[in-house]
Amino acid sequence: MAKHITTPLSDETIASLKAGDQVLLTGVVYTARDAAHKRLIALIKEGKELPIDLQGQVIYYVGPAPAKPGDPIGSAGPTTSMRMDPYAPTLMEHGMKGMIGKGMRSKEVRDAMVRHRSVYFAAVGGAAALVAKRIKSAEVVAYDDLGPEAIRKLYVEDLPLFVIDDIHGDDLYEQGVAKYRKA
Amino acid sequence: MGCTKQRVIQAGDIADAMETLCISACCNLPKENLKRIEAFAAAEESEVGRQVLEMILENHRLAAREQRPACQDTGLAVVFLELGQDVRIEGRDLVEAINEGVRRGYEKGYLRKSVVSEPLFERKNTRDNTPAIIHTSIVAGDKLKITLAPKGGGAENMSGVAMMIPAAGVEGVRKFVIEQVRKAGPNPCPPVVVGVGVGGNFEVAPLLAKKALVRPMGSKNPNPAYAALEDELLEAINKLGIGPQGLGGSTTALAVHIEYAPCHIASLPVAVNLNCHVSPHQSITL
Repeated sequence: MAKHITTPLSDETIASLKAGDQVLLTGVVYTARDAAHKRLIALIKEGKELPIDLQGQVIYYVGPAPAKPGDPIGSAGPTTSMRMDPYAPTLMEHGMKGMIGKGMRSKEVRDAMVRHRSVYFAAVGGAAALVAKRIKSAEVVAYDDLGPEAIRKLYVEDLPLFVIDDIHGDDLYEQGVAKYRKA
Repeated sequence: MGCTKQRVIQAGDIADAMETLCISACCNLPKENLKRIEAFAAAEESEVGRQVLEMILENHRLAAREQRPACQDTGLAVVFLELGQDVRIEGRDLVEAINEGVRRGYEKGYLRKSVVSEPLFERKNTRDNTPAIIHTSIVAGDKLKITLAPKGGGAENMSGVAMMIPAAGVEGVRKFVIEQVRKAGPNPCPPVVVGVGVGGNFEVAPLLAKKALVRPMGSKNPNPAYAALEDELLEAINKLGIGPQGLGGSTTALAVHIEYAPCHIASLPVAVNLNCHVSPHQSITL
């Protein structure tokens, strides 16, 4: 059974999540991928204010397809998270509590998740039309010039996710392979 | 000496065909892809794995029904042209016609524009998904076959090439292919399609691997030795335990396709190009 959770993620919610859990996430999430991360980190280095408040927030690594008329967003599945690994620990230092993407994270990112009590979720990659159905609104809040890579504020309802990395350092990808590997 | 009559194809028709291909390839996945995923879903050992495969199937059907791209990453427009040598193209430049079709298709189909004009310093989005990557072969005849294989970045990043020595042999190829899929783990959106190119040289092997990906999913190499290696590799890869989306399971790959070419007496180039479970491609012949 999937757990229902809401954003911003409370410390209590975060503590209850374990690698392998299936969750349905409701609330605001922000989109950001490579180019937006690069800009956010540059602002942090310069000591400037960020265009979004990261406290307790969840970042979804996605570059959506354009919305058809009448839709809030186009197909919007996760992108590969490891490309954001160089930036993620700094964003966690600034309050980010959750990340949604797909694929493995580096040891540095997993250590930072334990340290900052953040979680990493995976959405089903390539199920992008289906994921888009769970996104109820979307607006660009920064970096419009980046096109699909702009930062968007999304409101999602019951977005189906898997907990990959929890605050105890456990990882679903490692557990999955260990369970089913035959050679 | 006979004089072969040239057949004229209008560049405008090529652009129109490209526009249609871009939209259709991203929304309507080949039937054999869905059949293949259904078959693997029935045999998947992990319950979560089965659930993920069912979601993927639901997604792919939804994409076709509502004409939405199955994946938001509608990729680089990788185009294979088989241009009959008796064809003359009229109207304008062939490359420009292809790019015009890509520009229109990605706009009208609400497809994502994922191309930056320069890779290292500015990385500025071209905003129309051009230029396409075009591979042209001149062939006999008076037709033009256009195959479009939109290629996402996630699986592409997990691809690799090795310049092996001939002594490495079948065992070397086997190890390299399996290791490439193992290392990629959950990143390329498994279950994947594994395109393998063997032979040629440094630039030909990856092109063979890419061409292998546009074969109908699950088709066999006509050479029985290579077909047997495809089966063997698929079985070995599906013992890795990675499973659908890397969450664990028996369906890590849907197919292994190998293409080969003659090579130098000193060489054994091998390339692995991974594709995700969406694996879109479509052709039109003019």
